[in-house]
Amino acid sequence: MNEKQIKNLTLNFGPQHPAAHGVLRLVLEMDGEVVERADPHIGLLHRGTEKLIENKTYLQAMPYFDRLDYVSPMVQEHAFVLAAEQLLALELPERALWIRVLFDEITRILNHALQIGAQGLDLGATTPFLWLFEEREKLMSFYEAVSGARLHAAYYRIGGVHQDIPEQTLNDIANWSKGFHKIINDIEGLLDENRIFKQRTVDIGVVSKKEALDWGFTGPMLRGSGVAWDLRKHEPYAIYDKVDFDIPVGKNGDCYDRYLIRMEEMKQSLKIINQVLDKMPKGEVINDNPRISPPKRNTMKSSMESLISHFKLYTEGVRVPEGSVYRAVEAPKGEFGVYLVSDGTNKPYRCKIRAPGFAHLQGLDFMTKGHQLADLVACIATMDVVFGEIDR
Amino acid sequence: MVSLIKSNKNNTLKIISDVLDTVVDENDYNLELKNGLYLLNINQFMLIKVVKILKENEKLKLNQFIDLTAVDYPNKENRFEMIYILLSIEFNFRIIIKFFINENASVDSITNLFPAANWYEREVWDLFGIAFNNHPDLRRLLTDYGFIGHPLRKDFPLSGNVEVKYDLNEKKVVYEPIKLTQSFREFEFESPWKGEKLDNNNE
Repeated sequence: MNEKQIKNLTLNFGPQHPAAHGVLRLVLEMDGEVVERADPHIGLLHRGTEKLIENKTYLQAMPYFDRLDYVSPMVQEHAFVLAAEQLLALELPERALWIRVLFDEITRILNHALQIGAQGLDLGATTPFLWLFEEREKLMSFYEAVSGARLHAAYYRIGGVHQDIPEQTLNDIANWSKGFHKIINDIEGLLDENRIFKQRTVDIGVVSKKEALDWGFTGPMLRGSGVAWDLRKHEPYAIYDKVDFDIPVGKNGDCYDRYLIRMEEMKQSLKIINQVLDKMPKGEVINDNPRISPPKRNTMKSSMESLISHFKLYTEGVRVPEGSVYRAVEAPKGEFGVYLVSDGTNKPYRCKIRAPGFAHLQGLDFMTKGHQLADLVACIATMDVVFGEIDR
Repeated sequence: MVSLIKSNKNNTLKIISDVLDTVVDENDYNLELKNGLYLLNINQFMLIKVVKILKENEKLKLNQFIDLTAVDYPNKENRFEMIYILLSIEFNFRIIIKFFINENASVDSITNLFPAANWYEREVWDLFGIAFNNHPDLRRLLTDYGFIGHPLRKDFPLSGNVEVKYDLNEKKVVYEPIKLTQSFREFEFESPWKGEKLDNNNE
């Protein structure tokens, strides 16, 4: 008998691969079509954000958060301003909190729309991607209406938000939310019972409850495994304790459950948006402490003190008292946290960014072990990885 | 923060310190509640013991690993402050474990307790140059293959040391010492006035 020695094949996947969702390089050890080991190489998009933030004032540091996870910008600004506000012990005007929640939820829909579209695309369904991108386009016009930018909004400020939201935009959001139910129904009609989609996602990338906890998974990745944990409920920030919504939880921890969770989260976000539109109070949108927020434009035309204050705020910036704090928000992808150390000057001494995707991606190895190469693509899609936040 | 913690904050503080007393001497650690977070100061040799008991104790169940990072204080004798953040999903509270280590010291890896710590430790090794004992695979993570230096140390220049370009003659990407066409400028706008402190009393 002639025995033939078969060696495992080492396969390089990415960094330029459409299914790698950016610049992921994987070194795969393959036994035929089956993945034995996956070793993600990250850092191809490393820009040294944390180092840059240490050299910028608090206001200048804020836009960097838009550029981390560039499909859900505003939620990340929220984590940073929360941390800084806690060190400053600031009180926020009520309306600012409601506006923040409104845009956090718009951002959640933005993110999940991309994730579900891209997951469909990876598994061979082109239509959901196109339909959802049309909705993203509308949502980004709301971003533009309040901040002037479609993607990198830089809208939140320490002490509130930059500008009040125009009345017309509130009406536009209300009108849009009436039509979005139909889009969600259409997508569900396309994917929920789709034979191919289910074959590619059911029982693929199963994460048990213990594994999800051990590997530091958060957000839909954790909820998909049956852990009801959502920072909006458990550590409510802004006004999340004043709105009514549910947390969807999965049973099997596979890619299909996580898809269903994301669909349901979009519906819940819509529910929150409608409540916010109903209940949002009138009033100021930024704290009126002259050491924190800039003076009103019209006072600057006549008041010398306002002009000086404006100049000092945009050059020296805000001085944050000494201390360290960790604040986290429920970003669409999971727990996005900021560990901020201040030494009492106008620049952060250290700003560590806890990105949810970082923890998820390192679980890729155990999730794909024994799966076929094509299922690896489904696993990457379900993790919702965006390299802006992973590589930082 | 959340009402659930507020109602029994002192109670939780007591439980944590009772649990810790079973494995370490009570003079060796310092536990306090600040900004809704439990801060635990220990020394580096207690790390494994403390993390293990916090994770496995039935009354705490701090079984979700959230974050691991370091802060560089170049002027201190023990230069790096290590920071571990753990979360208890069951009881809804977080704990931050802190300790200082020397520049030449290495820290015990907690990857046996939390597999999630693997990449976080690699990141700290990469960006700060802090080595971890018994780590399964301590390679650089975020920086380039063959990178020299540890960027998040305060003495590493913001603009870096090398730049890359495609060399037409050699037909490959080459590394060169960085050449800035304009020297690096640092704008220091901090007010020179002494005693300017932000507190609400003098408003």
